[in-house]
Amino acid sequence: MSASKAYEAGVKEYRDKYWTPDYVPLDTDLLACFKVIGQEGVPREEVAAAVAAESSTGTWSTVWSEYLTDLEFYKGRAYRIEDVPGDPSAFYTFIAYPLDLFEEGSVVNVLTSLVGNVFGFKALRSLRLEDIRFPIAYIKTCGGPPAGIALERDRLNKYGRPLLGCTIKPKLGLSAKNYGRAVYECLRGGLDLTKDDENINSQPFMRWRDRWDFVAEAIDKAERETGERKGHYLNVTASTPEEMYKRAEYAKELNMPIIMHDFLTGGFTANTGLANWCRENGILLHIHRAMHAVIDRNPHHGIHFRVLAKCLRLSGGDQLHTGTVVGKLEGDRNSTLGFVDQLRESFVPEDRSRGVFFDQDWGSMPGVFAVASGGIHVWHMPALVTIFGDDSCLQFGGGTQGHPWGNAAGACANRVALEASVKARNEGREIEKEARDILTEAAKHSPELAIAMDTWKEIKFEFDTVDKLDVQ
Amino acid sequence: MNTQGDYQTKATLETFGFLPKLSAEDVQKQIAYMVANGWSPAIEHELPANKMEHYWTMWKLPFFGETNMANILGELEACRRSYPDHNIRLIGYDAYTQTQQVCFVVYEG
Repeated sequence: MSASKAYEAGVKEYRDKYWTPDYVPLDTDLLACFKVIGQEGVPREEVAAAVAAESSTGTWSTVWSEYLTDLEFYKGRAYRIEDVPGDPSAFYTFIAYPLDLFEEGSVVNVLTSLVGNVFGFKALRSLRLEDIRFPIAYIKTCGGPPAGIALERDRLNKYGRPLLGCTIKPKLGLSAKNYGRAVYECLRGGLDLTKDDENINSQPFMRWRDRWDFVAEAIDKAERETGERKGHYLNVTASTPEEMYKRAEYAKELNMPIIMHDFLTGGFTANTGLANWCRENGILLHIHRAMHAVIDRNPHHGIHFRVLAKCLRLSGGDQLHTGTVVGKLEGDRNSTLGFVDQLRESFVPEDRSRGVFFDQDWGSMPGVFAVASGGIHVWHMPALVTIFGDDSCLQFGGGTQGHPWGNAAGACANRVALEASVKARNEGREIEKEARDILTEAAKHSPELAIAMDTWKEIKFEFDTVDKLDVQ
Repeated sequence: MNTQGDYQTKATLETFGFLPKLSAEDVQKQIAYMVANGWSPAIEHELPANKMEHYWTMWKLPFFGETNMANILGELEACRRSYPDHNIRLIGYDAYTQTQQVCFVVYEG
């Protein structure tokens, strides 16, 4: 029997207990990498240890009840410190957390620890959670995507190409019947899927139930006339879980294939519950990410989107917005590819050139389609197919409905451009370089595409990325 | 004068349904892509009226391990001769992802 230690009240330096440079992380540990700027004069080791302590078992003062348990078994450990390339103001700290600190199947619990109080800690000037390595033992406790990529393809009968979608515009203000018209026009023209804009829930101008009814009729008619499978992401995001489930149940009653949720404004608890409901009821789940830029855009503060994307895959969703790289919204190409891998692959190796700090084994967890949406049009198609590959959903809002002949012709133009790009890629052509030739060729048999190319030929969004990868 | 076109809804057959009919050479290139990726070619056929059903009738079994392009084209022709009024599609099965990486209609019935 080992002797117990005596209790001494007082304040200790964090690094005595939580800085453990010799520690070798276990396969079952949850690992995190934070980018930190400490207060002036505080040594890096002390700052790193403080982050480890405040995000796990520690508090600012020693307390007697610590001695009733074995904190060596539960504490987080800062085990490595690294310079941030090109940014001398900050450093990375790597922290290992024992598996038993977290409730099974709860990204809510993981985030409450890792990005909780510690972010307001006075000893830090700024803090950003860059990456999490979830141990496979933890991943196996999470439900994950309700269907996943392979099953979604089978249900929708879409193979060998990205899915093609569109967000219905104007975002707000249409009546239910007029909205259904816009959906029908997009689907009859060749899109696979249309989408409620994220801020469409159930406003006075269009209550959710009326939207469901008219959209269902639009989908049925488009399927009958085209002979292809169609869907619309019915946004069930609501003020309460009860209301959310009520809307989901009615979508099921109408035999709708897919519904939608906003996972950050709705919250992870709602999202995980809804994903479980979708799995039980055979309905796909599209995930929007409103509020993400508030959390992930500042390079010195918050949570990188790759962490939010990993958490979403665990919480559950069959499609997640990832940005477009080429469109109107922020997104660095390598960084985007880094988190797109986390959504779709079963193993992702560490790759600092893509901002991936850890090997990540996803085991048998199904994959999530990457959704590229925001300010894209036909000229972007070859680049989008190259960047995102087949397991993606390319969504053109204005790029469909802004066509001079209307939604159906705009949809057709997108579908022709998509299929021409996929066909050329399969033939071994470098479609990004040969974009102009491939689209021009395809437009010869599609007046709809020719007009779309003429309409959007000058539109570019060439701004520098704010959140760059840390490379020199 | 209004120069807008009247867009008429098309009945299409999913992937490549919006491209002009593929030539023999086009089909060969898609088979080469499938074979180069190690996917197993398969052929299915069905009456046009049943096109929205998930299962079409298989033509023999998938051609596991077949990399000879001429053999695959030969099977497509043989299926066409037996079922001239059916839609015939070519599939590339990927055993790793357990889905079809390629699927398009080669002949319409």
